[in-house]
Amino acid sequence: MLFQRPHLLGLEGLTADELTFLLDTAESFKEVSEREIKKVPALRGRTVVNLFFEPSTRTRISFEIAAKRLSADTVSLSTQASSASKGETLADTARNLAAMRPDAIVVRHPSSGAPDLLARHVDCPIINAGDGAHEHPTQALLDLLTIREHKGRIEGLTVAIVGDLLHSRVGRSNLHGLRTMGARVRFVGPPTLVSPHFAELGAELVHDLHEGVRDADVIMMLRIQRERMTGRYFSSLNEYSRLYCLSADAVAKAKEDVIILHPGPMNRGVEISSTVADGPYSVIMDQVTNGVAVRMATLFVLVGRRRSGKDKDEASDAEESGAMEQPEAVLLRRAATGE
Amino acid sequence: MSEELQGEGGPTVRIVGGTVVDPVAKREFRGDVLIENGAIARVAPAGEIAPIVGVTTIDATGLIVMPGAVDMHVHLREPGFEYKETIESGTRAAVAGGVTSVACMANTRPVNDCPAVTRFILERAQAAAAARVHPIGAVSVGLEGKNLAEFAGMRQEGIVAVSDDGMPVADAELMRRALECAKLFDIPVIDHAEDPSLAAGGCMHEGAISLRLGLRGIPAEAEEVMVARDIALAQLTGGHLHIAHISAAGSVRRVRNARAAGIRVTAEVSPHHLWLTHEAVIAYNTHAKMAPPLRTEEDRQVLLEGLVDGTIDAIASDHAPHHRDEKDVEFDTAQNGVVGLETLVPLTLRLVHDGILDLPTAIAKITSEPAAILRLPVGRLDVGAPADLALVDPDREWVVEPASLKTKSKNTPFEGNRLRGRAVLTLVAGRVVYDERPSAAAATRQSA
Repeated sequence: MLFQRPHLLGLEGLTADELTFLLDTAESFKEVSEREIKKVPALRGRTVVNLFFEPSTRTRISFEIAAKRLSADTVSLSTQASSASKGETLADTARNLAAMRPDAIVVRHPSSGAPDLLARHVDCPIINAGDGAHEHPTQALLDLLTIREHKGRIEGLTVAIVGDLLHSRVGRSNLHGLRTMGARVRFVGPPTLVSPHFAELGAELVHDLHEGVRDADVIMMLRIQRERMTGRYFSSLNEYSRLYCLSADAVAKAKEDVIILHPGPMNRGVEISSTVADGPYSVIMDQVTNGVAVRMATLFVLVGRRRSGKDKDEASDAEESGAMEQPEAVLLRRAATGE
Repeated sequence: MSEELQGEGGPTVRIVGGTVVDPVAKREFRGDVLIENGAIARVAPAGEIAPIVGVTTIDATGLIVMPGAVDMHVHLREPGFEYKETIESGTRAAVAGGVTSVACMANTRPVNDCPAVTRFILERAQAAAAARVHPIGAVSVGLEGKNLAEFAGMRQEGIVAVSDDGMPVADAELMRRALECAKLFDIPVIDHAEDPSLAAGGCMHEGAISLRLGLRGIPAEAEEVMVARDIALAQLTGGHLHIAHISAAGSVRRVRNARAAGIRVTAEVSPHHLWLTHEAVIAYNTHAKMAPPLRTEEDRQVLLEGLVDGTIDAIASDHAPHHRDEKDVEFDTAQNGVVGLETLVPLTLRLVHDGILDLPTAIAKITSEPAAILRLPVGRLDVGAPADLALVDPDREWVVEPASLKTKSKNTPFEGNRLRGRAVLTLVAGRVVYDERPSAAAATRQSA
């Protein structure tokens, strides 16, 4: 198997081969969601814990559906349900969960780096479902998959990411993923939200929307947090939309076959006009569908290869002799075909 | 100060064969030191101080004989945070690191903003009988940044400076008045220069790494704007401004220019700002989280230049112990600060090992220079000065293992680092307060 990392904490540092492998695996899982019986036994008997310390609807549901379609048992905890409100530290929560022997923990947390902290305290795979302003790797993977489906490639494309880049984990994960896959990435937004230091991370910085989307193959709009747009970063939502709302006029500056992505939930009329959101270039619903496939792939790759201690001992000889490729490939094919 | 530490009637001790470092005369030579009644009685070239019947002789061959280090920026945490550190544990850590004087910050609970707290600290220090403790009073009552604390009463009890360290003085008028009043007592105002509005919510240096990690950054300019403001206020008032833990290149340039213009400003730097950069934060290492934050390699180079040209007078540890539970958390909620008393001397000697400073100049940065800023009679080898000495093996290599540190907290960013140089014997007022020579008994012999 081409992906040997223990966790998925971010896309930074992943190789193009690793990203391609995850995308290929996701593609092979898409078919499962088209069936009448949308379930394969790949993770039967495995337990996936969804640990959400921040409100989330679509990411949490997407992960739950993904796990269930792989036949894993899922448990979901939101901030209210966990011990966080009782003052327990994240490290203690992690240790307690680890003692229950989950096979993977999916975590969403308002603090950047919280998944790294968890990974230091538990020995099961950690999947980052969004941490602070750091990364949201599965979101970027589903964006990459959507782009690849529509464009046939990622290398050589120009992708304009528009909005509050400063606070966006989606923007960062996409920057890492897209750059690794060979795309050009433009960060577009006001100077208060597009730090000059982003240039050091490989982004091109543009403050004018029309300039930013010029000749773009892909436009990715980020959600604007209303509370951030009142006073310090920009004077008002109204002011923001005046300059950065993606209108049909702006889209006309991009390539003719441009596609438009949005991680949702959208603020219609703030960062994106309804005409554009519902227009022919929008691939927003494809993103949602691909989200399930990408999360199935992530869970399968990280959890499916794990064995119980006993099995591990038996398999260790094979692993050492490099004979892993074959059984994994069989497992993958079986999982995808539902055998 | 305690009578015991004053050293009246202390033992007569003869230290022979070491490399004596005189940070004031900027000299190093093979020499002997004679201690009588807790004070330095004589310093002479090797072999000139003859054995005296009944007097203890310490063989310092291969060791540096220097004034004990003066760490002018330490958080002893007592009263109020004894689970992090006590005056006892902190001063034991100090002497184990060759530090014989510490100036302790006022952000205790209660805050050291009145004479009773100052007296309490000094009484606890006397009971601990390890390093000398010099309390620093608060600038403002409760560190709230509103009204001036009781400078006069605290000074009478023994404070050596005032500072709202940890809670930068946002109010420019309050800073102005603090400088004016401190002048009355001839003590410096120690400035934690960090504009609270620019630093708000930040937890590391603002730059490419904070962006990558998704952590809110603190721009270097948060420090520089307050340094600039307070230099202007020092000029206005004629008060002595001391910049604590200077971290940014721009701040160093401002201090350099101010000194050239004759303004009374001094500065200290911490070893972690000298040897680490914001790259240490990668992987969300909370032991690399402190205020001000670790900055860039360019800043670090300018800090080194500042030490070389004298813009930066002193090196101080900013020893800030925190309990494990306050560090083993999400990065943005972790407490600021690192321990440093036991790594101050080796991390200063690194400047010598790396050829950046000569030995006497490096030692001056942790002895005579900070002592001069705080108007203390220690940190020098003059005849009659208190016999506070550290015997340091300059080449001894050791690995920083948090568990073996004497401090109660273990939050060091240098964990696992191999350091060179270590105090092996520490004396305060002529009395041995720390001795870890391999065979302490054998090395000390009675002269015939």
